[in-house]
Amino acid sequence: MIRWILRRLLQAAATLVVVVLLLFVLMRLAPGDPLARLVGDRDLAPGEIELLRERYGVGRPVLVQLRSFLAGAARGDLGVSIEHYPDRVTSLLASRLPATLLLGGVVLLLNFTLGIWLGVRQAVRRGSRFDRWTGRLALTAYAMPGFWLGLVLVAFVSLRWQLLPAAQMTDPMLPPDADLGTRLVDLLRHLALPALTLSLTSIALTMRHQRAAMLSVFRLDYVTAARARGLPESQVRWGHAWRNTLVPMLTLLGLWLPILVSGSVFVESVFNWPGLGSLAAQAIASRDYPVLLGTAMLVSGAVVLAGLLADLGYALVDPRVRPS
Amino acid sequence: MIGSLRDLLRRSWRHSSGRWGVLALTLLILVAAFGPLALPDPAAIPDAVAGATPPSAGHPMGTDQLNRDLLSRVVNGARISLSVAALAVLLSLTLGTLVGLVAGYAGGWVDAILMRGVDAALAIPRLFVLLLLLVVWERIPLGALIIVLGTTGWFATSRLVRGEVLRLRHEPFVLASEALGAPGWRTMTRHLLPNAAGPLLVAATLGVGDVILLEAGLSFLGLGVQPPTPSWGGMVLEARPLIVTAPWAALFPGAAIVATVLAVNLLGDALQAALDPRSA
Repeated sequence: MIRWILRRLLQAAATLVVVVLLLFVLMRLAPGDPLARLVGDRDLAPGEIELLRERYGVGRPVLVQLRSFLAGAARGDLGVSIEHYPDRVTSLLASRLPATLLLGGVVLLLNFTLGIWLGVRQAVRRGSRFDRWTGRLALTAYAMPGFWLGLVLVAFVSLRWQLLPAAQMTDPMLPPDADLGTRLVDLLRHLALPALTLSLTSIALTMRHQRAAMLSVFRLDYVTAARARGLPESQVRWGHAWRNTLVPMLTLLGLWLPILVSGSVFVESVFNWPGLGSLAAQAIASRDYPVLLGTAMLVSGAVVLAGLLADLGYALVDPRVRPS
Repeated sequence: MIGSLRDLLRRSWRHSSGRWGVLALTLLILVAAFGPLALPDPAAIPDAVAGATPPSAGHPMGTDQLNRDLLSRVVNGARISLSVAALAVLLSLTLGTLVGLVAGYAGGWVDAILMRGVDAALAIPRLFVLLLLLVVWERIPLGALIIVLGTTGWFATSRLVRGEVLRLRHEPFVLASEALGAPGWRTMTRHLLPNAAGPLLVAATLGVGDVILLEAGLSFLGLGVQPPTPSWGGMVLEARPLIVTAPWAALFPGAAIVATVLAVNLLGDALQAALDPRSA
């Protein structure tokens, strides 16, 4: 078991190195010299351009650039932002991380409670009107671009009907001495629309996965046996059948991260939510390549880590997966 | 290969979602192909001062901020969106099949290297790869957009094809082909590939939906189809400042995205269900 874990860890580390290599290749593939292009029309002092060139090793041989890129990544140094010069990319990412974790966490919670419940219900009533219509509705929401649904919600719920705030994470008019309850309500009101948008456009995935997993378990003999023993249906459904779908659902948890992060680039920028997604969107608008690259690196690292954790969790709950 | 695909299509037609998907998609393709001939020039600006006007008899979807006919722009956008998606998916299907066949058939270190690379590539969210590639362009040519979308979408396909090849690698009909002295590429294209046609078709269909959403998102960020070429994502971007005063300018192009992606995904689902009836 220990050896298996070690091997899996080593594999994750190797993947991470290849990810950094791929990102370097992507940077080099971009036509021209990114830094020169990006700095070109900006008001930087002449010395600063040289400093940036020095920092990114522009103009030096590719292998030297690669070495300094790898060394920087290994030290956790992702360089300096061009727009927010001289702020470091890592400190920008760190300041934006909490908002994204909050939004992503709430969406994940929604999708893995409501989505699982709906998926189980669909499977139980397979072929019924409920099954078909929830499936269709979820698929329709899944076809919506997050930026569009977000804009529509802002236009109607926030601006026209004035029900919920349209942007930001907190009300700037909130008195600084407001008590905790007021602050919490304010935060939840700001969280509602972005979380709803991200959740609606992605919940179909959890529902379908859960439905398919339940259907495949319902076919098995031990479920029939449990029913034959006269156990209450709810106990068969949740205690026997659903428990065995947890393993495949765990794998899905590992796949969620890229979907959430990609979705939040659009949803966060529409709602001006101060997270990583809107940071990336701003970096695009201001052509801040180091920030965009740093965000991509952070996100990819998190994806590798999530895959690793999902695999380890998998081995923990399902002994058949881990080779002795 | 053709026979099994025809069978697959026939079985998915029996699903109501398959029928809806095929009908809606056919209608969309027809509209995209012939609609622009009957509609005004999408770039024509009849009266810039008038600005965005609500839907009326003359302009069934209203006009946008430059008083351009929205219906014509949505229909012309369908042309762009559908052709970009079709070409990009065709490219990634080819690349994925090629890599998957080689990795699965060759095995050994070729397989190991290719699949480690695919593992790593799958760890970088596709959107970010696209952003990093596109953000440096001054103006993105449509061809470059298609190539970039196509070359970033084949990783999962290559895994799928490799899996199918490994599954069939030691089946008697493959061994027989090899024993008869058929060259590797012949065994691959004549015996292995046809058996992967079904799963590939499903992956391609769902891939079209993904690419339409990605292209719309990129255009919304200004990194996709460049104005004045009409694209649905770009139209939503331009309508963003008018979202309260002229909501139709954002609603119609968005609804076009939803309808198209939904139609494609319904078809993909029906194909999937036809391939594996137990999952439906």
